[in-house]
Parts: sequence; structure tokens; C-alpha cells
Amino acid sequence: MSGAADAESGKGEAADGPGPDADGHRPGVLIRRPRRGDPVVAVSVAVASTVLFFGAIAWAVVTAPDFPRVQRAFLNGPLFEESLPEVVRAFQTNIKLFLIAEVLVLFFGLVLAVMRSLPGPVFFPLRLLAVAYTDLLRGLPGILVIFLLGFGVPGLNIEGVPNDPFFWAVVALTMIYAAYVSEVYRAGIESVHPSQEAAARSLGLRRSQALRYVILPQAVRRIVPPLLNDFLGLQKDTVLVSFIGVVEIFRASQIKQAGNFNFTPYLATALVFIVVTVPLARLTDYLVTRSRRGQARGGFR
Amino acid sequence: MSGTAAVPALRVQRLHKSFGRTEVLRGIDLTVAEHEVVALIGASGSGKSTLLRCINLLEEIDGGRIFVGSEEITARGADVDRHRQRIGIVFQTFNLFPHMSVLANVTLGPRKVLGLSRGDAERRADELLDRFGLVEKRQDHPDRLSGGQQQRVAIVRALAMRPDLLLLDEITSALDPELVAEVLDVVRELAQGGMTMILATHEMGFARDVADRICFLDEGVILEQGPPDQLLRSPQQERTQRFLQRVIAAGRL
Ligand SMILES: Nc1ncnc2c1ncn2[C@@H]1O[C@H](COP(=O)(O)OP(=O)(O)OP(=O)(O)O)[C@@H](O)[C@H]1O
Ligand SMILES: [Mg+2]
Repeated sequence: MSGAADAESGKGEAADGPGPDADGHRPGVLIRRPRRGDPVVAVSVAVASTVLFFGAIAWAVVTAPDFPRVQRAFLNGPLFEESLPEVVRAFQTNIKLFLIAEVLVLFFGLVLAVMRSLPGPVFFPLRLLAVAYTDLLRGLPGILVIFLLGFGVPGLNIEGVPNDPFFWAVVALTMIYAAYVSEVYRAGIESVHPSQEAAARSLGLRRSQALRYVILPQAVRRIVPPLLNDFLGLQKDTVLVSFIGVVEIFRASQIKQAGNFNFTPYLATALVFIVVTVPLARLTDYLVTRSRRGQARGGFR
Repeated sequence: MSGTAAVPALRVQRLHKSFGRTEVLRGIDLTVAEHEVVALIGASGSGKSTLLRCINLLEEIDGGRIFVGSEEITARGADVDRHRQRIGIVFQTFNLFPHMSVLANVTLGPRKVLGLSRGDAERRADELLDRFGLVEKRQDHPDRLSGGQQQRVAIVRALAMRPDLLLLDEITSALDPELVAEVLDVVRELAQGGMTMILATHEMGFARDVADRICFLDEGVILEQGPPDQLLRSPQQERTQRFLQRVIAAGRL
């Protein structure tokens, strides 16, 4: 009971605008939240407005003067059925690329982040290197990095250097995304209060031990959502390596498109991506909301 | 100079520490004998926390020397991590590791620093947790504990390293008044057990009870020190008198 009373008086104080008026009404109390309606009504309204909204867009598209032509170019049913299994098969290359690069990115991103947080003047060169690397790789368009590595390095014809495009695709994607992910790690490490490191070091733990047992475990919880975001980007960017000759989903749909003079294979590819990325995007959002709520509750400890 | 008994637990000589341009410690000299309990008092911002952090090598010092036993811990090339093991510190804000259970908090140091096996470390932890009435909480995470319990766990965590010297930095100031006593009781018990301690505190009554000596820190130096009764009842320096008057006015003595 007293809790409710406290909350009420708290509200009054927080709204420190004009005081109570002549009747003793506090201005803050007069403002009422609109009453929440019946849930059934709310859902019906939402459904109706959604149908209307998207219906209107669909109608505008379908009745456009050139729609039949677009329909023929993009929405060829039999061709869709034919290309879907083919692009799905090619997508396995993307998945392989993605999974290998992801593991490497997690590792090298951490190495970069730790390099950058090394203390003292002795480590200045390493810090400088890490900063220069992340700036450069985040500053360059990804496609350029992929071209430079995929065409440039094999072009040098150095003995023992592989010229397999898949290899260079993994290297390029890893290099690009390690730069982004190292920033995510760094933000996570810095979000752990310095008193945690002090507490760990005061027990005699070495810096690396404090990092491993105390700081990183706390940082990792907070970086999962932004990390997933970057992985979403990595997943989509796997199509970029088609330009250095890796036959993956985009390249496969291109070949199919060229063979049929029809764009429907791209639609199949789009569908495959949506099926994979949208759930991941939803998961990321969910985790972001959850961790924000957790922080609000937990506060500083 | 008659054998080991004469070597003090801690010797701080002409310690200087600045943050940027502000010199917080301007030549601290402090010697603490084995089994002695020293209370540090002084206004907020007088450098009590800074002094304790310097002794634990959590801050780099700008001048002076610190000896623990007969070893200089501030010597060039000294093994900072090894020296820290011998000095425990408990912070105002507990600083427990929130992602670990009480038991894991307490066993981390003994396992990773002292190299104890998990079993040995847990036995050592349980003994201490039991002694301070915390053994039922061993599997809980810190956020499930009251402030007083958290602070007692923090003390246990420091004790599990079996330090030669324990530093306590205003360990009750973040606690609700009704939780202060349980933490002070722990400190009292440690004092009776002969633990060498330096405690920064605003609780003058407690300092008088538990300390063998009180040091008044002012403008970066130890302006005055002496046995509690003498220093609190008849301070010699005017600034000490004024500080104590303020404390009395605030009802903390
Ligand atoms: N990391 C830091 N960077 C800059 N200034 C600092 C830092 N730590 C402490 N100081 C300054 O040093 C002075 C002494 O601080 P310290 O925390 O040691 O005082 P204290 O005696 O412990 O005070 P309190 O009783 O409020 O805890 C203060 O003026 C503070 O602002
Ligand atoms: Mg302090």
C-alpha cells in the first residue's frame, strides 16, 4: 500500500512544473493515459488496416501499365520452381563461407580488441597497428578489399600462395568483419566497470587472467546482440565474393538468369536470404530488448 | 632490530601521488606493525582511498617507496602481481564479480593465483563462509544477497588469499544503516584474530573501538596520529579539531 502512495507522490515531485491549482488538483494527475481498448477490437483493427495498406500497394503494382511485362521477367512460376533447388544448392557455399569466416572473425576480432587495449608505452606499436587496421578495413568498401585480395594477391604468382577464390573470399570477409567485430568487443570490454578489473587485480590475478575470468565473461553477454547484427551483414556480404569467381548463390542465379533471359532466379535467391536472415534479425531485436531491460533492472553493481 | 618481530608489516615512505596537476598525496609516511589496526580518517577527498589503492599497487605512484615486510613492492621491476596477493583490499562498492556465484568469487584467487585445486579452494572458502554466516549463500549470485552479505563476501574473498595485510576502504558507507553492524562485527573479529589492517572510515566510534591507532589525513599528508582516545579526545592540531567538530556535529561520533 505504502509503495503505491510513494509512487504517486514521486510522480507529483517529478512533474515539477506548476504546483497544485486552486482546487488542489495537481496538473500531473489530470493527464490520464488513454484507456486500453478491448484486445479483440485492437487485433481486428490491426488486421483490417494491414490488409488495406498492403492491399492498396499490391493493387497499385498489379494495375500499373507495364505490370504484365515485369510479371513475365520476374515472376515466371515454372522457372522459379526450376531455379529454387539450384540456388539452394549454391547457397551451401555461402553457408560454408559464412560459418568459416564467422569463427575466424570471432577469433581475430578478439585479438585486435585485446591488442588495442594493451596498456603502457611498450605496446604502443601493437596498439597503433590495431587502430590503423580497424580504421583502414572499416573505411574501405568491402568489395574493394575482396577484389584486391581475390585478384591482386594470386596475380602476384608467389610460390605457395593459394589462388583458390574460395580461400581468398574467406580471407577477405574475415579481414573486413574482424575490424567491425573488434570494435564490438572493445565497446563490450570498456562497458565493464574498471572497479571489476581493480577487484580482480587486487587478488593478484594477472591482467590476462582478469580479462579472461572477469571482464570478458561480462562483456560477452552485452555484445551478443551487436555481434549478431554484424553476422547478419556478413551473411549478406557473402554474395560479394561472386565477383572474384566463387560460385555461390548469387553467381548461380546470375548464370540461370543469363540462360533464360529472365530475372526470376533472383527472386528465388532473395527468398532464400529472407528465410535465413529475417529470423536472425528478429532474434537480434529480441536480445537487444532483453538486455536493455536487464540493464535497467540490474543497474550498476 | 632484534629479529623478525621488529620488521613492520608495512612501511610507506614519502609517498607522492598526483592525478594530472592535482597532487593528492604529498609525502605520506606510515608504518604499520604486525597485528596492528590503523584507522585512516579525513575529509572526503583527502586521499584515503588513493593511499589504500597505492599500497595495493592499483595506482602508479609518483614518488616514494612502499615496503611490505622486508620487501620493497615499489622497486623497479618488482613483481606487482605477486605483491598484490599478499595485500587484500575491500572496496566501498563491494565489487563482487556479478557473473559468478559466491563460491566462485571466493575461490577465483586461490585457484588461479595460488594454484589451489578446486577442492582445496572450496574447502578454504567454505570454512571462511561458515565462519561469517554465509555458507547457505555459497551457490547464490551476488545480486541475490543483501548489501551487508555482499560486503561480507567481499571480505571473505580477500581473506581467502590469506593476505599479510588487509585494506578496508569505507566498507560500510554504501550500506543501509541496519546492515552496518554485521559488517563491522566481521572486522572486529578479524582485529581480535590479529589481522593487520588499515581501514579508511567515517565511523569514528568504530575506529575508536577497533583501531590501535588513528591517522588523520589532511591535504595529502598524515597531519596527526595517535591512539584513538588521545586523537579523538584531545587532538593537537587545529585542523584535526575542526574536522572532529564537524564529525560530531554530523552525529558520527
Ligand atoms: N582516478 C582519478 N583521477 C583523477 N582524480 C582522482 C582520481 N581518484 C581520485 N581522484 C581525486 O583525488 C582526491 C582524493 O580522492 P580519494 O578518493 O582518495 O579521497 P577519499 O579521502 O577517499 O574521499 P572519500 O572520503 O570521499 O572516499 C580527490 O580530489 C579525487 O577527486
Ligand atoms: Mg574514498
